[in-house]
Amino acid sequence: MIEAPAISLAALAPLLFVFGAACVGVLVEAFAPRDVRHPVQVAVALVGTIGGLVTSLLLAGERQVTAGGALAVDGPAVFLQATIAGLGALSLLLFAERSLDPARSAFVAAAAVPAGSPRDRELMTAPRVQTEVYPLTTFAIGGMMLFVAANDLLVMFVALEVLSLPLYLISGLARRRRLLSQEAAVKYFLLGAFASAFFLYGLALVYGATGSIRLSVIREASASEAGGGVLLVLGLALLVVGLMFKASVAPFHAWTPDVYQGAPTPVTAFMAACTKVAAFGAILRLLYVAFGTSEWTWRPLVYGIAIVSMVVGAVLGLTQTDLKRMLAYSSIAHAGFLLTGVLGYGSGADGTGSGLGATMFYLLAYGLTTIGAFAVLTLVRDGDGEATHLSQWAGLARRSPLTAAVMALFLLALAGIPLTSGFTGKFAVFRAAIDDGAWPLVVVALLASAVAAFFYLRVIVLMYFSEPAVDGPTIGVPGLPTTLVLAVTVTATVVLGVVPGAVLDIAERAARFVG
Amino acid sequence: MDTAPADGLIAASWLLIALPLAGAAVLLLGGRRTDRWGHLLGTGTVVAAFALGLLCTLQLDGRRVDVDLFTFVSTGSLDVQAGLLFDPLSAVFVLLITGVGALIHVYSIGYMAHDPRRRRFFAYLNLFVAAMLLLVLGDNFVALYVGWEGVGLASYLLIAFWHERPSAATAAKKAFIMNRVGDVGLALAIFLMFAQLGTVSYDGVFGAVGTLAAGTVTAIGLLLLLGACGKSGQFPLQAWLPDAMEGPTPVSALIHAATMVTAGVYLIARSAPIYDQTPTARAVVLAVGALTLMIGAIAGCAQDDIKKVLAYSTVSQIGYMFLAVGLGPVGYVAGLAHLLTHGFFKAGLFLGAGSVMHAMDDEVDMRRFGGLASRMKVTFVTFGLGYLALIGFPFLSGFYTKDAIIEAAFDRGDGWGYLLGGVAILAAGLTAFYMTRLMLMTFFGRPRWEPGVHPHESPTVMTAPMVLLAVGSVLAGFLLVVAFPLESWLTPVFGEPEEAEHVVAPLVVSVLVTVVMALGVLTAWLFVGRREVPVTAPVRVSPVTRAARRALYADAVNESLFMRPGQWLTRALVFFDNRGVDGAVNGLAATLGGSSSRLGRTQTGFVRSYALSMLGGAVVVAGALLAVTAG
Repeated sequence: MIEAPAISLAALAPLLFVFGAACVGVLVEAFAPRDVRHPVQVAVALVGTIGGLVTSLLLAGERQVTAGGALAVDGPAVFLQATIAGLGALSLLLFAERSLDPARSAFVAAAAVPAGSPRDRELMTAPRVQTEVYPLTTFAIGGMMLFVAANDLLVMFVALEVLSLPLYLISGLARRRRLLSQEAAVKYFLLGAFASAFFLYGLALVYGATGSIRLSVIREASASEAGGGVLLVLGLALLVVGLMFKASVAPFHAWTPDVYQGAPTPVTAFMAACTKVAAFGAILRLLYVAFGTSEWTWRPLVYGIAIVSMVVGAVLGLTQTDLKRMLAYSSIAHAGFLLTGVLGYGSGADGTGSGLGATMFYLLAYGLTTIGAFAVLTLVRDGDGEATHLSQWAGLARRSPLTAAVMALFLLALAGIPLTSGFTGKFAVFRAAIDDGAWPLVVVALLASAVAAFFYLRVIVLMYFSEPAVDGPTIGVPGLPTTLVLAVTVTATVVLGVVPGAVLDIAERAARFVG
Repeated sequence: MDTAPADGLIAASWLLIALPLAGAAVLLLGGRRTDRWGHLLGTGTVVAAFALGLLCTLQLDGRRVDVDLFTFVSTGSLDVQAGLLFDPLSAVFVLLITGVGALIHVYSIGYMAHDPRRRRFFAYLNLFVAAMLLLVLGDNFVALYVGWEGVGLASYLLIAFWHERPSAATAAKKAFIMNRVGDVGLALAIFLMFAQLGTVSYDGVFGAVGTLAAGTVTAIGLLLLLGACGKSGQFPLQAWLPDAMEGPTPVSALIHAATMVTAGVYLIARSAPIYDQTPTARAVVLAVGALTLMIGAIAGCAQDDIKKVLAYSTVSQIGYMFLAVGLGPVGYVAGLAHLLTHGFFKAGLFLGAGSVMHAMDDEVDMRRFGGLASRMKVTFVTFGLGYLALIGFPFLSGFYTKDAIIEAAFDRGDGWGYLLGGVAILAAGLTAFYMTRLMLMTFFGRPRWEPGVHPHESPTVMTAPMVLLAVGSVLAGFLLVVAFPLESWLTPVFGEPEEAEHVVAPLVVSVLVTVVMALGVLTAWLFVGRREVPVTAPVRVSPVTRAARRALYADAVNESLFMRPGQWLTRALVFFDNRGVDGAVNGLAATLGGSSSRLGRTQTGFVRSYALSMLGGAVVVAGALLAVTAG
């Protein structure tokens, strides 16, 4: 007879909220009349994610393993779940913007109609939207929140798929430049499947080596056999590859620029912010809960990967001429900076924490800033949709000083200039890494930051000190959702830069895994 | 001596600074709206400050009053309380600054009447008065430093007031840069005090200065002296002061004769407890004073520009004051008394010179003057009284105060005392010579005016201050030395005066000085008064005259010792920056850009190559982990 595992529904409330909303969204899609579908879907998705945010905030301080040991509800899980839910809600607001594009939405009216066909051209200006994006995105958010709480490898894999599959789909749903968008979706899907295969094979090897998929059991096994044996090490390698792919860490980053560029900009914002948080949540949990005792096995590896990622992101970003691609390389470089925080994990006073708290703070700060930056991208448009080529941004400050100032703030934050959240985040992770003795890594990180600062500042110089082009882009007037997103992200970027103490403290206190 | 808490009007002595500061703020921020009444407001604030200063002084009654204001700096162990110190010494300066300042403000109403930027001029003057009052009223060295920099700024702005003239702009820059040299000394002295004593307040420093090593005290004393030399135009930083005459004449009178340039004397007198501990630094003060008073007197003999003569005279007279304060307790009061009388007669002389220039269409070359006595009677009489006071004509101001300094020098009793006294007497003769030359060339002889110049007396608003200052020039010496001795007024600051042992009887000194003075006047009459003054300066002159005309080559020395090496250093740095630094930076940027393009080629857009790169990455990861485990 099989006993049902004990499940603490209260601890699972955030997940239940979000997944519940996703299921309701599917039903809405089936039953609600087409006219009201869009507002209802937006409302359902927002209620779900904000509910997830509120319930996870209520769970602060919770430390338990539930659902038969499959889920860990601890400080990092709750902090990152709240982060994902909040950033997800902001992304959904960008999805819901209807006043910027003359065609009423960034999403296609009917995804099944072949791109470029007469029917497609007809639908271009139709008010219809493929409203399935909302439940799909809600599922992805739910998958991400599950990902950071997964306490066994199989749940982690399921969560990985739950978050990935909707992302592949919604990447291909751009209303304009549909072929580019569909190409991005296919690439993302193929490479994502490849990465999932790595992860799954790694899972199998680890199971073969330890006989368990439970992180805590793997921890004991890897501690007892000195070094853990070849199978376990190979398994770890493949698991890491699968996760690094999601986090767009070089050398597993190749998909990032193409997908970021092709996907609808709100989706890019969502991916850049939320996927990064979820993937790093899983990396932290895997490395420190399952392989925390064999730290010296993987430390040199992560060290090297961090350097590669920072250098590749910073150097390749230099020659980009498309803003979305530039932000993609920026995201790769930031993944490298985040890894320095991962390496500083053991630097806290009691042997845990400091680096973990710093990394979580960095994820929150970077997520908010990057959503804001992509939100500004949606404002600057020409006849063919968003004007993302650098040359089109020349002299933007003359046309719209406010837009240019907001973008400049986000770029400065991404570059890590003091008094912005980017500086606080970088400072925190670098300090953690130095406390842990990884100062050469920090030197490389600082040099990479300096190189990366060049391409951020180049955009600022272009906006402020160049003559505007004659047939330059127009600056759209954002509707309520985008305005709200910009207000929140600007405020957060400044507040986390000027008075970061409270939030840093919260992240620091949350930084304890339950084992 | 005990410090009394502030009471009565003295508690409001911060208003002394606040009034002119508010005037400056209103005039600068108010813009053109204040053009019509700006000069009246500017004058009013200083007159009010003078009235308040006078009342405060009457209430003072020989006390030392601390006025606490607020915490100015509080970082770590540096804690500077903003407070004012109103004691007999600062009271004397407050009265000089606001009194002479008020008269010069009144004069400026007339002098600057036709200048379109008169409001701005009054704003800067008010700013100057506020900063100067802060300098003398602060109760710590940091407040003094703030005021010190403030008067430097005001001086810079006012010298360059007619900045459209390249000579004015250059002179302002020169003054600013040479003052910087001195200011560095003052700043270092303050740092040293803080590093050694942990405090910068007068009470704290003077109370603990005895505990310091002799070398440290000497270093502080010398650094303070460097600051004083910069501000007061003393050797080796004297070259900026004559050039500063490019500013409007009221500025020359107020800032570059009566008040700001005496700040160095104030600094040394205020720091008396420091100098009492260090005979070495005091000897250097003496040397600087004696050297400068000779340099100024010699250079003054050969100048043709009326304001330059007065400027070198100022340099020389401040040399007297430095000499006096360098003598120690016996000299402080003599130096300060001379400072006060000098403030009257030199300000009067400058205002007279301004009046002459006003009449002569801004001509400053004395070879173009002559015979003005009959055309400008008030100016002639007031200027003449100032002249007599300066050369030490018996029973006028200079006679009392200069004699006191010379007596104090002799009273040292050793060979140095005789040398210093001799130098001072010689310089008194030179003073008589160059001032008589100035009088003769300006007011007597045949008119040598440029065609079309019609000299006329200045308006009352200008002559009235001149008359008042002339009265002061005549009476100040008698009042300060005989009637109401400054010595007893300053006793709370410098202690009971010792009964001096006179080496040379005062009467002998007085007679000697008067005789030398008369010789100087006579020589000037023989050389200048008897003959026709050539309209252009003679070219074939003795090497001595040539050296004097070029102020003993001070500029040449500065240029070859400091300016040229500085320029070479700058050029070398620019070269290094262009080739070395920029080359490295540009090369690095090119390298990064090139590698970016090359790396960018891996981003082919084909899924197959992306997958291959992932596979390669996975192999490397697995290999690396295995290697670490095996190794």
